[in-house]
Amino acid sequence: MEDMKLIVAPSPHIRDTDRTEKIMFSVLIALLPVLVASIYLFRWDAVRLVLLSAGAAVATEAIFQRLRNKPITIGDGSALVTGVLLGLIVPPSLPSWMIIIGSAFAVAIGKQVFGGLGHNPFNPALVGRAFLTASFAVAMTNWTAPFDAISAATPLALGAARSNIPNLFFGTVAGSLGETSAVAILIGGIYLFYKGALDYRIPVGILGTVVAMSLLTGQDPVFHLLAGSVLFGAVFMATDPVTSPITVGGRWIFGIGIGLIIMLIRIWGSYPDGVTFAILLMNAATPLLNRWTRPRIYGQGVKASE
Amino acid sequence: MMNLFVILLSALLVNNFVLVRFLGICPFMGVSKQVDSAIGMGLATTFVMVVASAATWLIQWFLLEPFGLPFLQNMAFILVIASMVQLVEMFLHKTSPGLYRAMGIFLPLITTNCAILGLAIMAVQGNYSFIETVVFALGGGLGFTLALILLAGIREDLEFADIPKPLQGAGIAFIIAGLLSLAFSGFAGLV
Repeated sequence: MEDMKLIVAPSPHIRDTDRTEKIMFSVLIALLPVLVASIYLFRWDAVRLVLLSAGAAVATEAIFQRLRNKPITIGDGSALVTGVLLGLIVPPSLPSWMIIIGSAFAVAIGKQVFGGLGHNPFNPALVGRAFLTASFAVAMTNWTAPFDAISAATPLALGAARSNIPNLFFGTVAGSLGETSAVAILIGGIYLFYKGALDYRIPVGILGTVVAMSLLTGQDPVFHLLAGSVLFGAVFMATDPVTSPITVGGRWIFGIGIGLIIMLIRIWGSYPDGVTFAILLMNAATPLLNRWTRPRIYGQGVKASE
Repeated sequence: MMNLFVILLSALLVNNFVLVRFLGICPFMGVSKQVDSAIGMGLATTFVMVVASAATWLIQWFLLEPFGLPFLQNMAFILVIASMVQLVEMFLHKTSPGLYRAMGIFLPLITTNCAILGLAIMAVQGNYSFIETVVFALGGGLGFTLALILLAGIREDLEFADIPKPLQGAGIAFIIAGLLSLAFSGFAGLV
């Protein structure tokens, strides 16, 4: 008995190698097909906006933490992911200085003022986009056709009857840089799911609700799935682990709520697309969902039988 | 029926009293530290809104208008609201002393919640019928409650967050409120 070492340690007893860096790196790899598609479709505008956005995000994080005399954590890749995401959800014609301001706002006000990664209540990239939409409404809705930078209307503005589904699937339509190509987003999403970095409940909740609402209101469900930001938002934005609920029930409610608000805004609202607002609104409800869907502890909360 | 639904949705989301019209900011900031007291505050305010707007509607159309006294509107309305708040205060003091203490000074201050007076006056300006006024008040009150518990949930989660010193407390609450307001702007044009 004397030579046996019995170690008493608190839980967790099973550990794996997942770290923030690793998950952020998976997200960046999952974004590669989207990035390639956006560069193929929108050429130099995609390169310019994504690089500027990513650079501004990382620089803002470093400057903010330097000013607060805190350890600089740009190495964890979360600011880089925020920057790349924001770069992919803006129109290709957005001026360079606007994307820099938006990206700096996303990281500074969307994340760092709350104490950095893990405390931000809202998805930082979407905070940046909502801020840009509110501040520069014209520039944020100035859509151009892929391949040649001439003005064009987005599928959501044209409507289902005048849109070609295969074009929507491959992304050869006007829209935000990374959001037009459904096939690239799906490849990225499948990779994330395979890596375990994506919980299927949230995207399934969103997409299922969008399909159900389209059928209920007599619209084309395939069009509503492929047009606008629904797929990109469902795969890359709503699944952000910081700003989505941690409970199973909470995740279903979160996804379904996003789907409902998207369709509410698309059908009756004045904005053509409501994905950004829908996800931000459900981000705001996340603390409450976590609180009210807490699983019952085994053996508690049941009346003892005589 | 559709008309009533539109009024309810408008007061609840599209023209949310706190996040879109920016009325009632003081209790919004003051009682949003904990979800439980936020729910209590929201329901108390909703109750006062519904009862007070019903009373002010009667006063406006059966007293002030027929006797040519619309200039007394503000004074009469504030009097009604104050007495309603007194009623709620006495009720809570007796039935739920914990909640009564948690709300503290903000309970009597419901009297000066501009959202309630604003709601009563807007209902008169909008020429709402009696039923429409009550539905409008219900939507406004529930919208106030919604905004309050959303903010309270986020603030509770931030209890252990490393927020920069100058922004702790009210500072970060105003930033969250601003971002919430940005999110609510998506409802524009719904009704």
